[in-house]
Amino acid sequence: MSGNIKIAVVGLGKMGISHFSLVNAHPDTETFACDATGFMVDILNKNISAKIYKKYDEMLDRQPLDAVVIATPSRLHGPMVRAALEKGIHVFCEKPFCLDPAEAEELSALAESKGLVNQVGYHNRYVGAFQKMKEIVDVGALGRITHILAEAYGPVVLRPKRQTWRTQKAEGGGCLYDYAAHPLNLLNWIFGAPANVSGSVLNSVFSEGIDDEVFSTLQFNDGPTAQLSVNWSDESHRKMTTKISMIGTNGRMNVDRQECQVYLREPVAELPEYKKGWTVKYTTELTEDPWFYLRGEEYSAQIDDFITAVRDDRKGAGENNFRSAAMTDRTLKQIMDDSVGVTPAKPQSSVKKPTERKRGWFGRS
Amino acid sequence: MIGKEATMDRLLFGDNQFFGINHMSEEKARAQAMRFQETSAIMDVLDTAYDEGIKTFMCTTHDRIAEVCEIVRANPDRYSDFTFYPCMPYAHKYANAVTDYGMLGAITHFMPEDGFLKTALRGGAALASKDVDGIAKVLIDAEMKMFKGLKTPVIFMQNVFTDLLMGMGFTGAFRVFHDHVKEKYDAEPAFITMNMPMLVDVLEQEGIKNPIVCSNINKLGFRMCGGLDSYVETLQSGRVRAIAMSVYASGAISAEEAISWISELPNVHSIVFGASSAGNIRNTRDLVNQYMWKD
Repeated sequence: MSGNIKIAVVGLGKMGISHFSLVNAHPDTETFACDATGFMVDILNKNISAKIYKKYDEMLDRQPLDAVVIATPSRLHGPMVRAALEKGIHVFCEKPFCLDPAEAEELSALAESKGLVNQVGYHNRYVGAFQKMKEIVDVGALGRITHILAEAYGPVVLRPKRQTWRTQKAEGGGCLYDYAAHPLNLLNWIFGAPANVSGSVLNSVFSEGIDDEVFSTLQFNDGPTAQLSVNWSDESHRKMTTKISMIGTNGRMNVDRQECQVYLREPVAELPEYKKGWTVKYTTELTEDPWFYLRGEEYSAQIDDFITAVRDDRKGAGENNFRSAAMTDRTLKQIMDDSVGVTPAKPQSSVKKPTERKRGWFGRS
Repeated sequence: MIGKEATMDRLLFGDNQFFGINHMSEEKARAQAMRFQETSAIMDVLDTAYDEGIKTFMCTTHDRIAEVCEIVRANPDRYSDFTFYPCMPYAHKYANAVTDYGMLGAITHFMPEDGFLKTALRGGAALASKDVDGIAKVLIDAEMKMFKGLKTPVIFMQNVFTDLLMGMGFTGAFRVFHDHVKEKYDAEPAFITMNMPMLVDVLEQEGIKNPIVCSNINKLGFRMCGGLDSYVETLQSGRVRAIAMSVYASGAISAEEAISWISELPNVHSIVFGASSAGNIRNTRDLVNQYMWKD
């Protein structure tokens, strides 16, 4: 692609405004934006050079664009993503991707058939410590992994309060979509889709009608069992914290945004720098500086990946394509169904088969 | 150069350690949050630093800093040289408010109840550019309230806010901040950033010359966006009065190695550091005295 990429950020809420800043600071872009709130459009149009539209359809009709970043409430993702894809526009969409997993699959197929770059904002896959976690599992260093705890905690809903879209299930709100999606997406990344989900509880603590905490047990085919424990009404955490712990026949690993702690019973040839016993690697040493830093290297890195994929005409996405986000949408749906006693019609067909990898989470050969 | 220039202390004391902020480890962050649960524990460390000659406290406008301000105000003899460098806004306070009230709701949430602008905003009136400036000034004043009667010769815009505005191209806000800090507080405006070379260019375009800019400056190039070379070049150009933070790169570099490396760079006016023990405070002070500003 020659010249600057014309890219519009849609929805200037908390995530959108940060995406807008990152996109606009990128050397390869010409930036536009779209937001339905008159207040934001008004202020921004008077103070920044980027053109801001109020209506999405009008922007798509009038403004030639190469790409969009969709950061609207989750319920709106599906139709907005479809409208962009149909016009041949590359799409980055915030998580969760679609509230209806069938729609997520349809949009994945549509993006693939048109050869468009498609990506979803599961930024944890760009965190150095979580990338290290995947590498360690993929080389089989922990042996046969049997036991996983996937957690996320943070201070979002601390008292009964006013409703926003984040506190309405139909809009894609609630702790499951907002928080639990992150650790689940990391499990999907490493272990694929769970074959069975059981014991799911979606509980309200302060909210009316939506979940503030989530519990579930996920069973991966021939693989580990994972317990999910998520709560967004926890004031003891300054901000959201996502943590994955796992135990295998050759050791243990505890990983969060900051660090990757590994205990190996016996060293493995693939990881010469990891000794018997504990080895700790910090995200600070695992991370390259991005071109522009706003609130964490991972946010910059995922946007840069998207922009360069469009620029270099890479067709798909490196990490977090629609297809992989659709898997997480399906896992979220399984937990929701299980929590109200709906039995899945048929077993999941897309579970990774052990034959797909020589070595991996099911054990070293 | 515009207006008067503040004389900054060489060594400034930071506040991350008091609020459970640690870039390396959640466990360490939690241990620190437990240790500094009571404001008296924070004061003990600040007293140690003060008595060792480190008299400037560079701090966010966190609610708990208001308690520190109360104590300093109440003991003018004990703290006659105690100086605050406020850094605003405390980003989490705003981020949480945006989650609760939406963008517009968050802004009005922090404005005084009786203000004309708040009434206008709530009424959904269209805003003129001067109104946006007015809102910014009201918000700055709200953040500065806790420092009333205390020395605040330098006032910073926090990095998340600086970098968000810079990325958006909303650079006129830097001018508004700059002018209001000078006019109303007779203080020097300053900026914290993770993108120092880019910011210095942007501030120059807004007519803000030779600004005080606080950014990571460390031998590893950790969180120095634009690259170590570009930072060194900007420092050498003499277009910035730099304050170095994260000089130890979150503990990845030894104190002596870090300080001796920094001492070779031109135009680094101060170092800001955080510590929780008297030993570490003294160690940093002694190394700075040994290596830096030897003339």
